[in-house]
Order: sequence, then structure tokens, then C-alpha cells
Amino acid sequence: MDTYYDPKDLPKFADIGEEAPELAKKFFDYYGAVFAEGELTEREKALIALAVAHAVQCPYCIDAYTQTCLERGASLGEMTEAVHVTTAIRGGASLVHATQMRKIAKKLSM
Amino acid sequence: MVPELTSADTLSDAERSSAHGLEPFSGCLARHGLELNRGQTNTLQINVGLICNQVCRHCHLEAGPNRSEIMSKKTIEEVVAYAKRASFPVVDITGGAPEMNPHLGYLIENIAPVAPRLMMRANLTALAKENTDYLLRLCMANRVVIAASFPAVSASQTDSQRGKGVLEKSITMLKKLNDLGYGRDGTGLELNLVSNPTGAFLPASQDQAEKRFRRYLETKWGLSFNNLFTFANVPLGRFRTWLADSGNLDSYMKKLSASFNPCAVEGLMCRTLLSVNWEGYLFDCDFNLAMGVYLAGRKRHISEMDDLPEPGTQIPTGNHCYACTAGSGFT
Repeated sequence: MDTYYDPKDLPKFADIGEEAPELAKKFFDYYGAVFAEGELTEREKALIALAVAHAVQCPYCIDAYTQTCLERGASLGEMTEAVHVTTAIRGGASLVHATQMRKIAKKLSM
Repeated sequence: MVPELTSADTLSDAERSSAHGLEPFSGCLARHGLELNRGQTNTLQINVGLICNQVCRHCHLEAGPNRSEIMSKKTIEEVVAYAKRASFPVVDITGGAPEMNPHLGYLIENIAPVAPRLMMRANLTALAKENTDYLLRLCMANRVVIAASFPAVSASQTDSQRGKGVLEKSITMLKKLNDLGYGRDGTGLELNLVSNPTGAFLPASQDQAEKRFRRYLETKWGLSFNNLFTFANVPLGRFRTWLADSGNLDSYMKKLSASFNPCAVEGLMCRTLLSVNWEGYLFDCDFNLAMGVYLAGRKRHISEMDDLPEPGTQIPTGNHCYACTAGSGFT
């Protein structure tokens, strides 16, 4: 194995059903239903998925949802803004913990 | 047996399939128990030439300013005479940029009386440059349906496909069309938009893209239109060259073939459309025209035709046909 991540493995995702077909069916049925148009459009859901893919830093998901976003008519500008949302939340999640740091520091300090 | 293509390409269909690890399109049809045969022809598509003011990167015909192929007045007269003999419910004028054929006005005036529905694939930037007021008056007077290329609402995507500044110029022309009543309710002047993907990916769902374009164009520019059509890019001509140069050819062909929808075959436009090139020769569709593969595999001139093409004749296919059968299909 040259690398843990190989783009050729992405189309094999469905193969995980071989060992546990019933669970796989439940998962893929659910997955398909989640991304179907509902209150949110398929395009909006693809942009959310792209943002989450960057948050979980999954190369397969980034590859898949970059293509899906383009195929749903998203522009590179919209996709970039989606990733900035990821960045803001991830950065904000770190920064907001500074309130704990400040509270502890204040308690310990004169 | 589906007729063999006599493509200008150096590789045969089977060799290209092998190179891309693809099942040949003809084999894919056979595996699904399908044949691609002509139905009742209802549309005459007239390609009036390959001259265009733009050099779009997805163009399967490699149209552009440096091309010289253009339909002559004599050929246009032969096309009009045939349209009168055969009686087509729909006539569809395309190019290149049809606006750049100096005989376009003559064609519209003479074919409109025998075409219940007359469409023109307008290049909005060419329409803005070439005899604009004359052509627009003519289109309005003859109720010509205008189908305008409009790939994306984003300037970067539109301009990357069609050239710098094209979105802005297209918006200006769409405003002018709307002001004349095109795309506005109750005028009877139909304005449709055509969106091709701006890269090596499949088009958005037509319904969802139409909703988004309608909302966006109305909100941002106060523009309206009747229908939006989304079509996959066909891996021929300049688009094929771009796919190969950018390293996307294999994956795009695999994506198209993996998206083969057997249900799309019955509604394919090649089953009901007759395409004529700038010289007056006949093809089953504009893509076989680009490949140089004649109607039912036999070179015939429009002046030799008395009636509509015979239903049931087999349509020559190639791997480019996967673009028309991907997803909901190219109808």
C-alpha cells in the first residue's frame, strides 16, 4: 500500500455492504434520502456536505462533494465561502474555549 | 447491426473504448436490449455555419472567428425548398453563431411560413453585434423562439467557458430581449436559456437549475425567461481536446458511461431530428455532424430528399452518444 488514501478506492464505497448488507442498505437508503431535495435543495445540501467534508478532513468526501457541488450548479466562489464557514466554526470552536482559559486564569490570579 | 462510424478520428470506436476502459456505446445499447432507430422526424435543424465570434471551450464543432464554413444563399434556398416539401413541425437554426451568416434574415423570412415553430440558437454576444435591430425585428415578426446560451449565473464560470466579459454582455442582451417582450408573460415571444456545465462534470438537474436561475436573474437583474435547459457537454471537438489536455478525458468518459440511463434512449433528439450542415449534407444530429457521420451512415444532400427520413432506419452511434444518455438525457 503506497498511501492510505487512493482515489480509486472511492468507487468501492458500496463494497462495504458485502459483510453487512442489511446495515449497508439502511445506511445507503438513509444517505440517499438525506441528500434528496427537501426543505433544502440538493445544491444547498451539497455545499453543506462540502463544508463538513473539510471539517472532518475526509479526502474522499472532498473529492466527491467538490464534483457534486459543481454538478448541482455551485460556483467556485460559493464553494470557497462554504469552506470559510468550516474554518470560522473550527476556529471559533477553539477560540470560544478561551472563555474557560480566562475564567480559570482569573480564578487563579490575584 | 448499428452502422459503423467513419470518424475523422484516427482511433476506431472500439479502440477508443479500450483506451478508456469503456464498453462501446453500441455494446451498451445491446446489453440493455436497445436499438437506436429513427422515429417520426419532427425537427429540421439547420447548421448555418461554423463562424462564431466566440471560442467556447466546450464547443463540439470548434466554431470560432477563424472558421470559414458558412451556408451559402443557394444552400439556404435548397433547405427552404426541402422544408416546404417535407413539412417539419419544428425548425431549429444553429451554428456557430447563426447571427454571423449574412443570409440569416433571408432564411428566417422564407422558412417561417412553413415552420409552425421556428427556433434560433442565439449567441447573445453575436446577436448584440450583428445587425441587432434588424434581426430582432425579424425574430419578433416571425415569432422566432430564441434559445440563448447561458451556462452559469457566475461571471467566473461563464467567462471561463465562453470568454472574458461574456456574462456581462449576455445580461445586457437579455435585458434588451426582455424589453422587447421576449421571455415576458403574455407576449408570445419565447426566450429559453441553455446551460452547459463549465467543466468536466455533469449538468445540474434541469428543474432545480431553472428555479435557481429564475430566482437569481430576477433578483439581481430583473430578468425573466421561459425555460432553462441543461445539457451535458459532448466529448468532441474543442471540448474533447480540453478534456485530454487537462487530464479529464478518461474520468469524464467513465462518468458519462456510468450515468447511462436506458430510459433516456427513447426520447433522444436524434430519433426525431434531421440535421443539415452548411453544405447541405444530412446527419442524424449535430454531434454526428461534428464527427462527419452522415444520416443513417450514407452521404446525402438535402436537394436529393423528397420527404421526411424513413422511420426505423438505424442511427450511427459512437461513444460521444453517452453524453446524450447520461442521467435524464439530451432531448
